[in-house]
Amino acid sequence: MNKIVSKEHFSANVVKLEVEAPLIARSRKAGHFVIVKVGEKGERIPLTIAGADTEKGTITLVIQTVGGSSRKICDLNVGDYITDLVGPLGQATHVEKVGTVVCAGGGVGVAPLLPIVEAFHKAGNRVIVVLAARTKDLVILEEQMRANADEVIIMTDDGSYGAKGLVTNGVESVINREKVDMCVTIGPAVMMKFVSALTKKYEIPTVASLNTIMVDGTGMCGACRITVGGKTKFVCVDGPEFDAHQVDFDEMIMRLGAYRNIEKK
Amino acid sequence: MTTEEMIAARRAEPWREALRKSKKNKERADIPRVKMNELDPEYRSHTRLEEVNLGLTKEQAMQEAQRCLDCPNPTCMQGCPVSINIPTFIKNVERGEFLEAAKVLKETSALPAVCGRVCPQEKQCESKCIHLKMGKEAVAIGYLERFAADYERESGNISVPEIAEKKDIKIAVIGSGPAGLSFAGDMAKRGYDVTVFEALHEIGGVLKYGIPEFRLPNKIVDVEIDGLRKMGVHFFSNCIVGKTISYEDLHAEGFKGVFVASGAGLPNFMNIPGENLVGVMSSNEYLTRVNLMDAANPESDTPVLQGKKVAVIGGGNTAMDSVRTARRLGAERAIIVYRRSEDEMPARLEEVKHAKEEGVEFMTLHNPVEYIGDDKGCVKQMKLQRMQLGEPDASGRRSPVPVEGAIETIDVDEVIVSVGVSPNPLVPRAFEGLEVSRKGTIVVNEESMKSALGDVYAGGDIVRGGATVILAMGDGRRAAAAMDADLQSL
Repeated sequence: MNKIVSKEHFSANVVKLEVEAPLIARSRKAGHFVIVKVGEKGERIPLTIAGADTEKGTITLVIQTVGGSSRKICDLNVGDYITDLVGPLGQATHVEKVGTVVCAGGGVGVAPLLPIVEAFHKAGNRVIVVLAARTKDLVILEEQMRANADEVIIMTDDGSYGAKGLVTNGVESVINREKVDMCVTIGPAVMMKFVSALTKKYEIPTVASLNTIMVDGTGMCGACRITVGGKTKFVCVDGPEFDAHQVDFDEMIMRLGAYRNIEKK
Repeated sequence: MTTEEMIAARRAEPWREALRKSKKNKERADIPRVKMNELDPEYRSHTRLEEVNLGLTKEQAMQEAQRCLDCPNPTCMQGCPVSINIPTFIKNVERGEFLEAAKVLKETSALPAVCGRVCPQEKQCESKCIHLKMGKEAVAIGYLERFAADYERESGNISVPEIAEKKDIKIAVIGSGPAGLSFAGDMAKRGYDVTVFEALHEIGGVLKYGIPEFRLPNKIVDVEIDGLRKMGVHFFSNCIVGKTISYEDLHAEGFKGVFVASGAGLPNFMNIPGENLVGVMSSNEYLTRVNLMDAANPESDTPVLQGKKVAVIGGGNTAMDSVRTARRLGAERAIIVYRRSEDEMPARLEEVKHAKEEGVEFMTLHNPVEYIGDDKGCVKQMKLQRMQLGEPDASGRRSPVPVEGAIETIDVDEVIVSVGVSPNPLVPRAFEGLEVSRKGTIVVNEESMKSALGDVYAGGDIVRGGATVILAMGDGRRAAAAMDADLQSL
């Protein structure tokens, strides 16, 4: 099990893997994640499921190289095996018909956003996707998003593709022109913090999918704990999605840096 | 044959009668209790992987076994949650039949090498030893159990218990900790086709991620798990029942009974200011990183904080394991902070003694009220409230009350919170119709371990909250007996 059946490079640092995992493919829903470990001495890291094919019995993972463990996964090739793969974990996205939903994604957060976009669109919502990247080469999954959304807005930091500006500029432009009933955001913690601050101003209910440090992913250790509405929550079992306006993003960003100095290369 | 009759019949065997007569009870009682050989405290407080207790030599074991009076009504057995036939195995040690002794252990215990190491014998079998009534020290039953199990393993002659005729009935076990393994062993012996589903990538539950190498080496756990494999038990890791597969899937696959032993994995926190600072973590996280992920090994990809001034909050075995681990990872100060006094500490006496010998400081009657961080959000100090003991509470223990105004601040760079665990909610959430208590434990009949769902039994920490390895194993045994009886009567 866990054999890699296809591999695609989205950019120099971002890889899409399709992995054999029939049980997970069958039971996963939008918003779920898996824990992956490569090699005997490998680390357990969380990755959100970006898609699944129940007939082929595969799930899709999109991974960005940010350190030693993600590089190990990105270096795997077709025919290689992921040593350990467990899931689906976390609570699935709560999907219902709410009206107009803006889905704002940045970096590799765009990959786990895709199944959520699909699900909201299927549920009969008007779905507007805002994709943000530093530069044109880093924009991923644009076509797949277009196939599942009513509109896709691309934002790049340097203006090399789409409009110039940050994800928040794109989201605000939509808010300024039409009624938005809900916002979903996935991306770097700082990005989600600013999207959340923006939608709070307009009182638009917002869900963020949080990507904290995890070890087991089953609620056993609390490495992933964050403060939501003044209460400690475990992202792996209570989340990963939370009411963004209740999340203490500053604390979350601080905790993400816990192992910065001792992270293994 | 009833248990009493079996005990009597074994006791009446000629070799055993001869052995009893070979020495007067007075002589036996006068032999001093054996001392376990152990590593030097200074040396061992810097070595992460070497086991502290070195075990008994053959000579020590045979001498200690002579202390046992071979009582006709062995009260020690009542103190053992899995009812090991204690005098029978000990008398086999006395006559030098060590492999035979190991076989006796395996009749009722799936993990003797584990239990001999981690059971709080002073509260169980040894607390009921006849010697205590005569003002003598109890027979070292735990040491002898460990000796027999280790001897068998090292001899290369590991026996596989007799298996009843295969029944072709599939049984699922959720969780591969002590409760699940004990249940699996008993059901396999009865001829059932047993599959154990484990969420983590390793089999063994707390025996692997929790209890450190210096107390319970993983390779010893693995040998006992291999023993279960040889009995035909299947293990399926990286599979979470309730997530990867459902209760309905188990039925569709033809499983006729389910034993839930998913443990109390959810760590409790105290909800005090600063508890989410970097450097404050649960003992589950800390021990999982070090034990399961081997994080202190440079070869491992998993990092772990290696603090110099480490405080561990709590007084149980998990707290002792954490603080002794911190010492081994280079802590110059490793402190136990416990809100009651040492008399109330739930940890095994031996672990407390070992921790002290290894230079662990004990701040009893102290309770943290706040953690203070630096400008990067890392913990740098903790505020401790001094406590005193008040009236006994509902549990009979004297409850700690704050001494007004007595607050001190001490420097720390790592805090490990070890104030208990709650039942893991994954299975209770996923199994519709299970009765769950306010605390999140699965409600079962205490005799049969049967839950509100007809084919689901549960045991260990998912039923008890945080308890001990051997109580979990006792639950596994009772559930196996009850499930077998129920399935036979169908």
